[in-house]
Amino acid sequence: MSPIENVSRRNFLRGGVFAAGAFVLGVRFHPGLLTVDTLPQDTHVDLAKFHPSIFVGMNPDGTVWIVAHRSEMGTTIRTSLPLVVADELDADWKRVKIEQAIGDKRYGDQNTDGSHSIRSFYDAMRVAGATARFMLIQAAAQQWNVPAAECETDLHVVIHRSTNQRAGYGELAGAAAKLPVPAKEQLKLKPKSAWRYVGKGEVSYDLAELVTGKAIYGMDARVEGMVYASVERPPVIGGKVKSYDDQDALKVAGVLQTIPIDPFQPPPAFQPLGGIAVIADNTWAAFQGRKKLNISWDNGPNATYDSGTYKNELRETSHKPCKVVRNIGDADAAFAKGGKIYEADYYVPLLAHATMEPMVALAEFKDGKVTAWAPTQNPQAAQDIIAKELGIAKEDVICHVTLLGGGFGRKSKPDYVAEAAVLSKKVGRPVKVVWTREDDIKFDYYNAVASMYMKAALGANGKPTAWLQRSVFPPITSTFDVNAVYGDPGHLQQGWTDIAYDLPNLRIENGPAKAHVRIGWLRSVANIYHGFAVQCFTDELAIAAGRDQVDYLLDLIGKPRSIDFTGVDYPNYGASLQTYPWETGRLRHVTEMVAEKSGWGKRKHSKGSGVGIAAHRSFLTYVATVVEVEVNDQGEVRIPRVDTVLDAGLVVNPEATRAQFEGAAVFGASIVRSGEITATKGAVNQSNFQDYPVARIGDAPLQTNVYIVESDAPPAGVGEPGVPPFVAAFCNAVFAATGKRVRDLPFTSLGFS
Amino acid sequence: MIQLKVNGADQSFSGAPEMPLLWYLRDVLNLTGSKFGCGIGLCGACTVHVNGQATRSCVTAMSDAAGKEITTVEGLEKNGLHPVQKAWMQINVPQCGYCQVGQMMQAAALLNSNKKPTDQQIEDAMAGNICRCGTYQRIRAAIKSAAGEMA
Ligand code: FES
Ligand code: FES
Repeated sequence: MSPIENVSRRNFLRGGVFAAGAFVLGVRFHPGLLTVDTLPQDTHVDLAKFHPSIFVGMNPDGTVWIVAHRSEMGTTIRTSLPLVVADELDADWKRVKIEQAIGDKRYGDQNTDGSHSIRSFYDAMRVAGATARFMLIQAAAQQWNVPAAECETDLHVVIHRSTNQRAGYGELAGAAAKLPVPAKEQLKLKPKSAWRYVGKGEVSYDLAELVTGKAIYGMDARVEGMVYASVERPPVIGGKVKSYDDQDALKVAGVLQTIPIDPFQPPPAFQPLGGIAVIADNTWAAFQGRKKLNISWDNGPNATYDSGTYKNELRETSHKPCKVVRNIGDADAAFAKGGKIYEADYYVPLLAHATMEPMVALAEFKDGKVTAWAPTQNPQAAQDIIAKELGIAKEDVICHVTLLGGGFGRKSKPDYVAEAAVLSKKVGRPVKVVWTREDDIKFDYYNAVASMYMKAALGANGKPTAWLQRSVFPPITSTFDVNAVYGDPGHLQQGWTDIAYDLPNLRIENGPAKAHVRIGWLRSVANIYHGFAVQCFTDELAIAAGRDQVDYLLDLIGKPRSIDFTGVDYPNYGASLQTYPWETGRLRHVTEMVAEKSGWGKRKHSKGSGVGIAAHRSFLTYVATVVEVEVNDQGEVRIPRVDTVLDAGLVVNPEATRAQFEGAAVFGASIVRSGEITATKGAVNQSNFQDYPVARIGDAPLQTNVYIVESDAPPAGVGEPGVPPFVAAFCNAVFAATGKRVRDLPFTSLGFS
Repeated sequence: MIQLKVNGADQSFSGAPEMPLLWYLRDVLNLTGSKFGCGIGLCGACTVHVNGQATRSCVTAMSDAAGKEITTVEGLEKNGLHPVQKAWMQINVPQCGYCQVGQMMQAAALLNSNKKPTDQQIEDAMAGNICRCGTYQRIRAAIKSAAGEMA
């Protein structure tokens, strides 16, 4: 990707796509700008007088336009990345306007997942801002006839001190636009001491709209002449319609027609699931009509899937030798020596995302082209699947990105956007597909169910002399490859092959499991079950050894070092181990710091109350968390306090980061308390918040204190890494308070609520 | 024909009387501040005021809204921002924001009837409003802050 591009692509792209401009959606277009000179792809950045980069543009009135090419689902990324541009540009944030990008490969990767937006685009944003600032300085220097090196910038102005001249950015925009774009090597980035916004942060650019109800989510998208659709999908994945009767459905006032959607060809990937769509002139009529459909299904090959039986199968697999994915020393030989051996099975069920906004998308097919508006984390994937489903070119699909009412990974999979496009083509009008909560829970791409077998032999001082861990789970790759049964390195790395412990004998294995539902990624993904097993088993061993958990954890982590991954297929979240080594010293530091901040070992705990700790690195960020619980005689669990320390390298937006870790604790609370998807005869049993409860106000931590380690290390992720250590620390706290060890999630299996 | 008042304006509706108020507000009046989260009264995203009472509009039939005064977030405050909205901004409550209109409508109704709610009263009043992003501790703080301003 080349982020710097001086030429507007308008000339290359002018074509028939302008038709989409007829819809004015408030998401992105300003009606006044829809002249014959504009294309739907054109951003305000492209249209600005001075636009040295695809990410930044400036008008003579001094307004700075910055493109947000990542999706906003609550992490504040739509604010934080533009903030980096504004900082390097020395721009006045109050004069910055942010514009959401459509799906467009010129921006590079737009899949807003994996907690890597800042990491992957921090440099590109700085370069974009620095380029604009460089050119403004050049323009001023030419105007004043002074050397550019003598000029500097202050908030939105260029200054030449010795001649006491200054010019606002807007005044210089016209002249700057005529200058050549400098090469990256010519740029001088601001020193840290001169940073205005990075490290200080800002609240969301959209805050006022969020509190006034004016913010536009996918659910709120609306265009002239659109109709609404609700789809009855095959209850079992891979099933199809045998026959259907829509007579009663068509009698419902407001229902216009029904339309069958073809079943997918395996693997499912992002294809629509098939079924019967009811088209109506309002959402409710579509829901009502759908209830009146009479469909007989062929449930297909997954109809024998039962999650209870499946759990036993996973466990059995995990009790037999599996594929070795990392080995140090000879664990079997060490186990054979006898001594104290500990074993435990851990289990995490399928988990649903349950974003507050269910899946929804609006699309219009017209003249062979599609325009879609969707709350998607992945607009380019939406373009791809729509193009494929409709047999048109990707360039003929425009995907606007609305705000997302939560994402957590679900909205990276644009099956629902494809549904809207497929239906629009068949209906001949714009169609908005609205998923009910029941659809959302039943047709998710679930976080994998996983069984972990843990075994350790304890030697002198209770330290493990040998450690074996096996995990078995249906892999995410099964969603894209019908034959996939083993975990891929990208998910095995997540808290599993990258175990931090310095042990003489260590073997890590992974066993096969076939998927019977669509498996996907959910906030922190495989780290959820791996982190749970490793950090809770560590707690068990510490207690068995009669050691303090913090001491024990630090002992296992060992000396500060970079973990040697020689011989391990370890992708390090796509980052190089040079730039982002796995540094045990940083994990030690957050562990020590959270012990201190939480008053570990210093606070008295009354009966029924206790604390637990866990430390975990994910998405290149080091986190340690202490959770305090209170459990009453009825087994009702409250969480009065959480302390969490994170080292994510350079943190661009501390306020947003704190919010992410507060939220991660609540997300983790849902996983431990109640998260469980089960299936009978292939169909998911849960449907809405009564049987898939998520944490409510009283279930959440009363207070989560978030501490950010000051660091100049390169930036790492913040959206996901708070979840795994919270889950384990919460369960360890429950043990401290009650003596009951949570090995199966959710903890309702032990009578807790 | 059903007559009702929405944000002070008279409206009449001739569609199906069992249609939930939420869809009337969203699809017919294009007042999209109130959100669809569950459709069965379990999440609070659709919360509006019916004659001043916090009400789940997804389970309120149009026939039950007849003759009532409905207030949505769009009509919560005629001039500027309501104290809960100000507090929500000041404490920086929203993450994705999708639940927050419902949360604020619920909180505003609470503060109308109880000027200084205790922690437990806040928890009880807000128990029906889910925030999947997990902003609960800021919601508590914002309600206390708004209570301070309204006192
Ligand atoms: S949408 Fe009404 S309570 Fe959930
Ligand atoms: S802010 Fe996202 S659901 Fe509450």
